[in-house]
Amino acid sequence: MATSTVPPASPAKVNRIGLQVLDYRGSKSTLCAGCGHNAISERIIEACYEMGVEPHRVAKLSGIGCSSKSPAYFLRSAYGLNAVHGRMPSIATGAMLANRHLIALGVSGDGDTASIGIGQFVHLMRRNMPLIYIIEDNGVYGLTKGQFSATADIGSKLKTGVVNDLPPIDTCALAILLGATYVARSFSGDKKQLSALLKGALAHRGTCMLDVISPCVTFNDHEGSTKSYSYVKDHDEPLADVNFVPYFEDIAVDYDPGTTTNITMHDGSHILLRKLEESYNPTNRTEALRLLTESRERGEIITGLFYVNPTQENFLDLLNVTDEPLATLPESKVRPPKEVLDEIMQDLM
Amino acid sequence: MATTHVEMKEGELPSGRKKVVNNLSIQIATVNGSGSQTANTVLLRAIFQMGIPVSGKNLFPSNIAGLPTWFTIRASKDGYIARRKDNEYLVAMNPETAEEDVLALKPGAACIYDERLNLRRLRDDVVFYAVPFDRLVAPVCPDVRLRKLVRNMIYDGVLARLLGIDMEQLRIALRKQFRKKTKAVDLNFNAAQTGYDYATKTFEKRDPYSLEPLDETRGKIIIDGNSACALGALFAGVTVVTWYPITPSSTVCETLIEYMKQYRMDKETGKATFAIVQAEDELAAIGMVMGAGWAGARAMTATSGPGISLMAEFTGFGYYAEIPSVIFDIQRVGPSTGLPTRTAQGDVIKNALLSHGDTKHILLIPCSPEECFSLSIEAFDLAQELQTPVFVMSDLDLGMNNWMSDPFPYPEKPIARGKVLNAEEVRRLGGFARYKDVDGDGVGYRTLPGTPGPLAGYFTRGSGHNENANYSERPGDYVDNMDRLARKFETARMKAPKPLMMDKGRHEVAIIAYGTSHWAVMESLDQLKKEQEIEACYCRLRAYPFSREVFDFIHKHKRVYVVDQNRDAQMANLLRLELEADDVKKLRSIRHYDGLPVDARSITDGIVSQEAEN
Repeated sequence: MATSTVPPASPAKVNRIGLQVLDYRGSKSTLCAGCGHNAISERIIEACYEMGVEPHRVAKLSGIGCSSKSPAYFLRSAYGLNAVHGRMPSIATGAMLANRHLIALGVSGDGDTASIGIGQFVHLMRRNMPLIYIIEDNGVYGLTKGQFSATADIGSKLKTGVVNDLPPIDTCALAILLGATYVARSFSGDKKQLSALLKGALAHRGTCMLDVISPCVTFNDHEGSTKSYSYVKDHDEPLADVNFVPYFEDIAVDYDPGTTTNITMHDGSHILLRKLEESYNPTNRTEALRLLTESRERGEIITGLFYVNPTQENFLDLLNVTDEPLATLPESKVRPPKEVLDEIMQDLM
Repeated sequence: MATTHVEMKEGELPSGRKKVVNNLSIQIATVNGSGSQTANTVLLRAIFQMGIPVSGKNLFPSNIAGLPTWFTIRASKDGYIARRKDNEYLVAMNPETAEEDVLALKPGAACIYDERLNLRRLRDDVVFYAVPFDRLVAPVCPDVRLRKLVRNMIYDGVLARLLGIDMEQLRIALRKQFRKKTKAVDLNFNAAQTGYDYATKTFEKRDPYSLEPLDETRGKIIIDGNSACALGALFAGVTVVTWYPITPSSTVCETLIEYMKQYRMDKETGKATFAIVQAEDELAAIGMVMGAGWAGARAMTATSGPGISLMAEFTGFGYYAEIPSVIFDIQRVGPSTGLPTRTAQGDVIKNALLSHGDTKHILLIPCSPEECFSLSIEAFDLAQELQTPVFVMSDLDLGMNNWMSDPFPYPEKPIARGKVLNAEEVRRLGGFARYKDVDGDGVGYRTLPGTPGPLAGYFTRGSGHNENANYSERPGDYVDNMDRLARKFETARMKAPKPLMMDKGRHEVAIIAYGTSHWAVMESLDQLKKEQEIEACYCRLRAYPFSREVFDFIHKHKRVYVVDQNRDAQMANLLRLELEADDVKKLRSIRHYDGLPVDARSITDGIVSQEAEN
């Protein structure tokens, strides 16, 4: 009998920069089992892996809350900063000013964004700073055990029976109104849509705002809640079927230009939106706002890419910031020579 | 120097009064928004150009137009530049305050006033010079809209005549003010000349005060503290500036923007080697500084008391997460909105301990524009070396007033960026522990976001963490970390700028002061010696944490007077926290907190009365 040979171990699957999925994982999640946030972390890992994102270029930024803990649970070798409550936008802005080569990935919650952080949120949206802002939106404060946040729907009921009597802030409508250039809503349970939207965000050079409904299994997943798994599944109305084709792959997908919109992103990637119902133009801000208003009136949770503008000038270009990271400019570029000081002193004499 | 200096005849003075040369304070009372700033600055500069040591203090309201403003110019042959309580000359332009201003004059003082105010009736022990401003301004300024602004130049001309200020110096000062706008120079100079001619024709000099050229200001510059801070930031290599407007700090960033646009554009690419963002509020301004400091930028913001209050949370984050950052606090009067346009040293304790928990911060305290420049540079270096927020503690008096100064020396030390590991170093080390005290100085090593390598990244958080920067609630990890931060503060104690001492040998009475109080203390030391034969030693603090020398100084003396421009003796109390019990008893307090810069007489009187109680 011939010598038996052990079949060679199949080489670990790697992405285009030679990293395994494992390299995009983080530490073990301490969130509740079944928390929507964990599913979002999985989609971030997947999107970064498939896009071949270099982890060291990623700045994971967050505020305070369950959502804001999650950056520890993906991209272990990236740089993380868990700031103070509601202030992730300013931290992200500062980091991007210091080093424009970074990929800023901000994770916030509905309380962290729409309640305590609404001031910084609206001003961030105005600037079109290149970054990704994800709201892990469950309409409730988890760490303090289940109080309403400002995205909770009117009439929604807490476990304790308390009914929310104020209207929600629609973070997507706000973001579109104020100037964000990539605005979408998704559902932590919709793997395909969320993954495509995240990849689209990674391909964009401007402010991406993704409101991801992410049910809280402990405090907001019961009958009467409008952010429970079952409620969202029943009321989710995807706007279009979202497909993402990265720049490093050929568009092999057959699509019908009559029913599918092809959006070319900043890096040459494509987002293909196959319309499910009526015709919708995601590059029209007014139409996007009308859609959000009407769907809210119908009681639908509409999801998908609402608005995109791949060519709008971003904040760093507006500021005319030099191409090298400011953080590491050499002394010769940041300290003017003695002659300059002499000239200024002479002028003050 | 071309001179049109006017000699006064002795006989013109009232009998028994001696000429007083180069020793006077002029108070100019106007309405804010009336354009008096040009006239006042030009006057100050003209006296400076005559070689006479001079200082100017603008006492202005928190208002755009219509409320009283006083500008005080002090000329002193002895070089005293602190505020003085009383004035020899008053220019009364504001009907609202004129009576009160005249009644406050000391006997023998002189008053130039707008003829319509009819002030002469108020006193017979003051020398009055009535000037018909409106009648004089009309012919020199046909444009009615400009008259309100130009009419102030007339008092410059009248003062020039009465005090002996060289008109040519006024012209040079106007050119400095208006640069290439020759029309504006001519218009304003003509108004001054009109005032000068009117005074020549009309007035007999009846007061004893005059100015004569000296040679005490050669080679010096005139600059405000905020501009000096801006220059410090420019030469410190600042890269990210985020700010929110607030009096009296706004001109730090506004001036900096001008300098950066001029001197920090990359010549090859035409792009900015900096980013300046006006944030939506102070919460965001400090947040951006933290984000930028974390990512490796030399980042700063500038603000004042109310802004500092808003920045408290993030500053505590900066302390605990160890993020280099520089905060300029141009202090104004609190509590709350307080007196936004008046000066104080009211943020000492607040900033030293800003934010909840056991938090301590480094404060650098300049007393002059020169130190605004040098300590600003020092602040950026210390922030990066010690990986922590650093405050530059200026105040409204220093920040917004014009000061004489020696030209600033070019920084000798290269930019210090602290303990930053690059990709190769991390690889060679096989990773690193962000918060490990490798060198025993309490300062860990960091990497900058973007540094490649699977082991270079780390997680920064304001929540409990161990030396590997992992989340931890373990009691031991917490204590170790807090103890290391305390060790780092001891390193700061050694690295922060040392106090400056004047040891007079007799170790009875001593003064400790900081910031702008310095100038009044210097004058007070002379008063104490001349009037009371008290030879006091002096220690000027320049930083918190206090260095050992400060404690030794207190230990060596019997009675130590701490001068604070706040109600609660904040610096004295901050010292008490660290002193031995016997030394605590030596501390006495001189407090000044009426919103005006402290004057020498207040300090002298305060010390003399407490000495009498011995």
